[in-house]
Amino acid sequence: MLKDITLGQYFPGNSVIHKLDPRMKLVLTILYIVMVFTAKSPAGYAIAFGLLAFVVLASRISPKLILRSLRTLIIFIAITAILNIFFTPGENVLFSWKFIKITEEGLWFAFYMILRIVFLIAGTSMLTYTTSPIMLTDGIERLLSPLRVVRFPVHELAMMMTIALRFIPTLIDETDKIMSAQKARGADFESGNLLKRAKAMIPLLIPLFVSAFRRADELATAMECRCYRGGSGRTKYRVMHLRLSDWFAFFLCAALEAAIILAGIYGI
Amino acid sequence: MAELLRCENLTHIYSPKTPFEFKALDSINLTIDDGCFIGLIGHTGSGKSTLIQHFNGLLQPTSGNVYIRGENIADDKKKLRDIRFKVGLVFQFPEYQLFEETVEKDIAFGPTNMGLGKEEIDRRVKMAAEMIGISDEMLKKSPFELSGGQKRRVAIAGVIAMEPELLILDEPTAGLDPRGRDEILGYIRAYQQSGSRSVVIVSHSMDDVAKNADRIIVMRGGRIIMDGAPAAVFDRADELIEAGLDVPFAAGVMRRLRQMGAIGTSVPSAYTLAEAAEILKKEKNNR
Repeated sequence: MLKDITLGQYFPGNSVIHKLDPRMKLVLTILYIVMVFTAKSPAGYAIAFGLLAFVVLASRISPKLILRSLRTLIIFIAITAILNIFFTPGENVLFSWKFIKITEEGLWFAFYMILRIVFLIAGTSMLTYTTSPIMLTDGIERLLSPLRVVRFPVHELAMMMTIALRFIPTLIDETDKIMSAQKARGADFESGNLLKRAKAMIPLLIPLFVSAFRRADELATAMECRCYRGGSGRTKYRVMHLRLSDWFAFFLCAALEAAIILAGIYGI
Repeated sequence: MAELLRCENLTHIYSPKTPFEFKALDSINLTIDDGCFIGLIGHTGSGKSTLIQHFNGLLQPTSGNVYIRGENIADDKKKLRDIRFKVGLVFQFPEYQLFEETVEKDIAFGPTNMGLGKEEIDRRVKMAAEMIGISDEMLKKSPFELSGGQKRRVAIAGVIAMEPELLILDEPTAGLDPRGRDEILGYIRAYQQSGSRSVVIVSHSMDDVAKNADRIIVMRGGRIIMDGAPAAVFDRADELIEAGLDVPFAAGVMRRLRQMGAIGTSVPSAYTLAEAAEILKKEKNNR
């Protein structure tokens, strides 16, 4: 059940997208978010969609998986759409009943809003789908490294993120296991009112906390045994190099962003 | 002997239709009767743990059916909890599921969920504690103060207190010292004999299984490849080794002696040390 979560998961592969430098992928993801928000015209959205489609195809990740990651957020998307449909002021009223008014502008706005959210989720999931968590935090650490000048603990932050990401699957597994074990003893997590359900979580949460602390303790000991003492003077096993393909991807995205802005200005 | 559990063409596929799709069980057919002690063995990933989680409805089959006392457990989702009281499952490293303030309360968790009266719960906690060798003094302690082996006992007692008709244990002796291992297996045996209850233990240790089980099921790649009395299964030592498994120590010794030509092929095999000693003594006297 818990294993079916696909959002934020990494799918190993060997495609062009997988091989891009994680730093560049982070930058390009941010650029893509900017693109989605600066798109103001149909042509702009078309470009954003085209880029997303290209990345999905090039990554060889099944489009079904992307749709599945959207499915978990369907309620959020639906609420956004409904709010926009009902609360966008406009001239061309299509339907009105008491205080409810649906306008043509509202429908268009809701449509574009859905597109935006879908592009955002799909675009950012492509980052996590094609980049292993370790590479991702490594990339973040490099990108943030200039902040070291102002004594910002970049390495420690990246280390914490790596550890947190590393333990998500472990803790999900553990939750699954403890849940099954308590269910085998007749625990009931699914029925009853809110209070009863909250109480039913105790047999799950206590063992989970105990084991999280135990794991943290063991990990700290293991790190100390290998002489970990923070980031100063630490070298990297994986050295990142920006290659031609990274620059190509960068200029492609930059050009597309320029096109989107122009399309917005000229209203195409 | 009455039929307790039956699996029919049981197949289970994990994460179907994703890159992680994995067929863990492949049309398993199996019947378990009352009053038997079964050893379920197989290499890591052979599907043992997946199989036992179908016995009490924690996992639903992708296809096929599981019947408890002739009733299909998929028929009524509401009855699943009752099934879990009939089929008790002790997971691997069960000590990590303890959560109550005292050992007594933790053992009482299962019986309380069954909706029993206070007196009955007390009786069952006492019974389970006694059966598994937990002292009265330990009952009042917090489970988090205990040693690993003691915690394991408390967790097993917590399932035994539900008095399941079929008790399943996944690697109950993993990580215990030899004495702790023999003690726990002894307690489980005692539980099985205290009524006409059945026990399934999943194990890697061939010696544990050889000593206790009266029927052995061997799994490989999601299928049952052998199912029979220990002597019959351990006679097929070559196949076991081929499946990535071991044979009991004594059976290994006999096999090696035969390969070396020290004893003839007509000498029967043995799978416990006592038996092997007996057979070799007889062989020596014959010469």
